[in-house]
Amino acid sequence: MSWHQKSVVQLSKALINKEISSLELSAYYLKRMADSRDLNAYLDILPELSLAQAKEADFLRAQGKAGPLTGIPIAHKDVFVSKGWATTAASKILEGYISPFDAAVVEALGMPTARHPHAAGMVCLGKTNMDEFAMGSSNENSAYGPALNPWNTKRVSGGSSGGSAVAVAAGLAPVATGTDTGGSIRQPAAFCGLTGIKPTYGRVSRYGMIAYASSLDQAGPIGKTAEDCALLLSAMSFHDSRDSTSLADGGEDYARYLHSSWSDKDQNKPLAGLRVGLPKEFYADGLSSEVAQALLVAKEALHGLGASVCEVSLPKTQLSIPVYYVLAPAEASSNLSRYDGVRYGHRAKEYSDLVQMYQRSRSEGFGDEVKRRILVGSYVLSHGYYDAYYLQAQKIRRIIAADFQAAFNQCDVILGPVAPDVAWNLGEKSKNPLQMYLEDIYTLSTNLAGLPAMSVPCGFSKEGMPIGMQLIGNYFSEAKLLQIAHQYQLESDWHLRYPAEVSV
Amino acid sequence: MDINEVHRIAKLSRLELSTAEAEAVLPQLTAIFALVGQMQAVDTSSVDPLPHPILFIRDLAQPLRPDTVTEHEARENNMANAPAQDRGYFLVPRVIE
Repeated sequence: MSWHQKSVVQLSKALINKEISSLELSAYYLKRMADSRDLNAYLDILPELSLAQAKEADFLRAQGKAGPLTGIPIAHKDVFVSKGWATTAASKILEGYISPFDAAVVEALGMPTARHPHAAGMVCLGKTNMDEFAMGSSNENSAYGPALNPWNTKRVSGGSSGGSAVAVAAGLAPVATGTDTGGSIRQPAAFCGLTGIKPTYGRVSRYGMIAYASSLDQAGPIGKTAEDCALLLSAMSFHDSRDSTSLADGGEDYARYLHSSWSDKDQNKPLAGLRVGLPKEFYADGLSSEVAQALLVAKEALHGLGASVCEVSLPKTQLSIPVYYVLAPAEASSNLSRYDGVRYGHRAKEYSDLVQMYQRSRSEGFGDEVKRRILVGSYVLSHGYYDAYYLQAQKIRRIIAADFQAAFNQCDVILGPVAPDVAWNLGEKSKNPLQMYLEDIYTLSTNLAGLPAMSVPCGFSKEGMPIGMQLIGNYFSEAKLLQIAHQYQLESDWHLRYPAEVSV
Repeated sequence: MDINEVHRIAKLSRLELSTAEAEAVLPQLTAIFALVGQMQAVDTSSVDPLPHPILFIRDLAQPLRPDTVTEHEARENNMANAPAQDRGYFLVPRVIE
């Protein structure tokens, strides 16, 4: 039985029907993980800890205390701190770091405790690879080497949640957590043929999520289907008083519209009444013809389900790159000042005074891209440059957010590419950081505006690499986005395909 | 941007860059700031900054909680990752002669 090809929803049923126990299922995944170390999807695996959780989940089930996710294995991005498994954010500066507490997301999805009796009861399989401190679009910035794309191991997996995407795509976890600061859930999901959602900013607690750019960072699930993502997001999203940006109305049942029609306009067309907007700036120079063609087919499919399609405009799309690459580094330079070699993390061996200890510890511990972003951030925040760069970027950020609202007057959802092209070859863009930044063009603006957006598989390139489409919704419209994606997935099978080696 | 500027911001960033590293990063930073310079063409004289995305749609309620103890003493656990410590203190190089 190929359990790794099952969705979370299918595994949930199998556990309820006693076709398999959580212990058997977790052991099955741990075996696959051990056999696929070459993909470098995981940074830390502790089988005994996972199996102990699985036994606990089986015990809960025997007592009649199981929820829909109890006993289902999950992989956590290494940006979430966890007791037990080391947490490094794929950086040398945190090598071997063991957190004294669990991140809110890890806690909410993990085993129920006295403090969190309603936790989902999922089994942690380990911590997944990523770009160092979530800074990157290819996973090549990991201090521990890149996670390899199972569709073609010479290609990048995307980033920064590359390891999470590889784990799910290669059947090394049924579902995984990710974080998205500028596309870090959506782009690796697209590159690996998966479904992923970044919710509205503030939906998911950032407590215990290692900070990169705090006003942009948001966690979400990466899975095979929209239905799985809806289930996971419902368990991840709640108000958390430990995160001051956590929304008071943080949680809801994101699966509630999955099986219903958009409107009652046409009984035979589940998306009748849905207005899909295509931003003309997304379908312009820079978009590969293969991705454009796949999007055209996806648009026709949505139209066939009853949706109407219109053109909209997001005029500042190009500017989202400079705005993001000012704001994110500015916030990063501040957030990463905590790595000083005093309380935790790497400390240099030789230094003559306190400042040199800081400088050497940080210089030895951080990778090149992290250093670059800290330098950029320090510069744009420094005296004499603050207004011209940082403040100007915050102002254009408001214009970008307003442009989305103008577009949402004409449509309910925006359809566009996730990335300009499919996954590129390892090493192809890593020598030129700027070239890598330009790859983020279609994903950055939703983080700047705080909007929810998802990636849904919609085709393959001639060379067999997955293509994803991006659905962007208005604030708090996650359940509607997931409804559209689910209705699309009922009529398509792109999300059900597997890399050759995973098909057996 | 020139090499002196790179060393200035490295100092602000508490990073130690060798001459070779500084020289390697200079053209990269120059390229990034050329891109960032595109922002200057936008007239934002009547636009307020947006520091937090949710502020675009509504004011943020500043959440308050009861002033009660929520965390308990866990010094040993919390200090377990410290590179150098002694009797419950973090050790750093001498800063006062």
